[in-house]
Amino acid sequence: MKTFKAKKLTLALTISAGLVTTLCTNASAAEIVVASWGGAYSQAQTEAMVKPFTAKTGTKVLMADYNGGLAEMRAQVKTGNVKWDVVDVELAEALRGCDEGLFEKIDRSKLPAGADGSPAKDDFYKGLLTTCAVATISYANVYAYDKTKFSTGAPTTLEDFFDLKKFPGKRSLKKSPTVALEWALMADGVPVEKVYEVLSTPAGVDQAFKKLDTIKSSVVWWTAGAQPPQLLASGEVALAAVYHGRIYDAVHKDNKPFAIVWDGQIDTPDLFAVVKGSQNTQAALDFVHSATSTKSLADMTKYLPYSPARKSSMKLVDEKIIPWLPSSPHAGRSMVLNAGWWSDHADELNQRFANWLAK
Amino acid sequence: MTPTSTINSANLKSQLKRAERRHLIRSYNLILPLFAFILISFLIPLGIVFYNSIYDPQVATGLPKTVESLKDWDVRSTPYPSENSFAALAAEMKTASDNQTASGIASRLNYEGSGLRTLFMKTSREVEDVDDGPWQEKFIAIDKNWAQPEIWSVIRQTGSFYTSGYYLKALDMQRDPFDNIEKQPADARIYIDVFARTLFISGLVTVFCFLLGYPIAYLLSKLPARTSNLLMIFVLLPFWTSMLVRTTAWIVLLQKGGVINSTLLSLGLISEPLDLMFNRFGVVVAMTHILLPFMILPLFSVMKSVPSTYVRAARSLGASPWTAFWKIYFPQSMPGVSAGGLLVFILAIGYYITPTLLGGAGDQMISYFIADNLSRSLNWGLASALGCILLAGILVFYSFYEKYVGVSNVKLG
Repeated sequence: MKTFKAKKLTLALTISAGLVTTLCTNASAAEIVVASWGGAYSQAQTEAMVKPFTAKTGTKVLMADYNGGLAEMRAQVKTGNVKWDVVDVELAEALRGCDEGLFEKIDRSKLPAGADGSPAKDDFYKGLLTTCAVATISYANVYAYDKTKFSTGAPTTLEDFFDLKKFPGKRSLKKSPTVALEWALMADGVPVEKVYEVLSTPAGVDQAFKKLDTIKSSVVWWTAGAQPPQLLASGEVALAAVYHGRIYDAVHKDNKPFAIVWDGQIDTPDLFAVVKGSQNTQAALDFVHSATSTKSLADMTKYLPYSPARKSSMKLVDEKIIPWLPSSPHAGRSMVLNAGWWSDHADELNQRFANWLAK
Repeated sequence: MTPTSTINSANLKSQLKRAERRHLIRSYNLILPLFAFILISFLIPLGIVFYNSIYDPQVATGLPKTVESLKDWDVRSTPYPSENSFAALAAEMKTASDNQTASGIASRLNYEGSGLRTLFMKTSREVEDVDDGPWQEKFIAIDKNWAQPEIWSVIRQTGSFYTSGYYLKALDMQRDPFDNIEKQPADARIYIDVFARTLFISGLVTVFCFLLGYPIAYLLSKLPARTSNLLMIFVLLPFWTSMLVRTTAWIVLLQKGGVINSTLLSLGLISEPLDLMFNRFGVVVAMTHILLPFMILPLFSVMKSVPSTYVRAARSLGASPWTAFWKIYFPQSMPGVSAGGLLVFILAIGYYITPTLLGGAGDQMISYFIADNLSRSLNWGLASALGCILLAGILVFYSFYEKYVGVSNVKLG
């Protein structure tokens, strides 16, 4: 009887020891979570950045989707429950998150040099290396339309987007004051270089909202980058503000009859940042280093035509893609999103925008 | 009358008491797990939410000296405080920048005074490189807003550990520099409208549920059991389906190229697709569909127990079918109507997914704003205050119901 009990005990111990070992190995075997914007964009990152990294290091990478903003990172850091190791953020969030202590600092001298040997600090375009984040690509905020919807004359300017008489029908905009306010001012006749100057005054903000008022009743608001191509495809809207790569994807992969209007193009860089308090800071940093290498950034363009953040990557980009890149010259007005300005003004403009929407 | 009998009866009484007490303890023990469950999963979190809505130490702990020095400032005599307060703020801004807490304090101030975040961050960046006063001039040189009483009174008002600011904001109010309560400026007033909209949409949905549910429940209660059981399946099947699935199914039906629009187009009834989605229509239709079983089931259970003899008696005494229904049957089915109405209305008030997916920007109900403050603006205090107001509203509504109708009438099936 005693031996039986002892046997049972040994068995139980062995099993639990086994369990403990498995759990521990699972915990120590590196695995990181990368939060990004989903859809075609995350797929491109998986192909160009994640797969080579996993093949090289054996570290598993899980992709999570989110819709931008700092709220989730703040909640994770504030409650001490960090689930994401690396996040793909826009420049304004990269600056602000760094201010708030949400991200690890990244030493730029440790970033890999470009394929042509130039050190990282010279290889990245100006302003794309910040204290806490490393840029990957720049995309353009533009608007697109369904070619079959407008038989007589297609929209060509930003003014057309705000013209309900000439181009009737619903249009879709991102549910955020960023880009919408800049566009409203540009369509209202403010020159590109004056946009932020005007927007810094209360009268300028009023002017922008007044312009948005003119189309408010015809706007369908989207929150995820994958939505506008869907809204165009289902015929829900005639025109849609969109990240230009999503339209490239819809045209080339799904043969949709969409076209981009390049007027009012607003370029925004995306960056990788490591969330503070991550369980695998080292693996996360390794991923950021590998994913922002010359080759990975150039490979991204095979899937989506986003401008790489490194000069050395440009030499590896397929010539057919180059006209699609936001950095290539296009016909209309274009500007770069002023991230520093937005990281300061986001709070009150988000609030004002939410109030304006609710009315 | 003998001493023994008194002793005995006293004995008996105490024995009885003891037995009763034992019984009571046993009963309490039986409900103990349930009580603990409710306490841990419901009452404690609720208490924390309430606490969150009134407790906010961010400014009090981040800028203690500034807050202390502002006690001497008389807003009526000077528009901005003395050099002491400016100096204290400059010192504490530097500490806050070093500790990476400046951004949090700036956000907290911005909740009460729009634009304060920009002002605070800008100033703390510039103050970083300045070693010495006089601070008054330097602050006002950085931004002339530092000479405004509004800025300083926000710092003073947020400087205590407990605040009523979130409740004021949830009711579209604010404090002016003289600590009087006033309305928010017009473009910042939204929550009263949103509460009214929430009540209106919920009321509309309740009315539609009643209009559609009453005849169905009546039919079900009159049919023979076999047929009514079969029909009951049609009521229960959607009831058992996930709300998200039913909501997305409505998107398939209502969108521009959806089933309804394409059918109407091919029948030639319309030439342009109708806007059925991203507006109030879509929200009310889908919510009515999702909440309909909550109206039908209590109605059915009450109607089942209404004896048919009364209506027959009324008819035999010469009442018309309508009079017999209206005067005799309907009053007897009232408990079902009120129970169903209560359930549908209270459930509708908290709706979130359906208006988010099917409504436009102007059709969002209060839950949307609670979630928005919780997850996007991260203004947890305001989210808690809105939640507490919603809960209090429902409790008031429920107590009226309890007083005039009685809760014991609520039964499902």
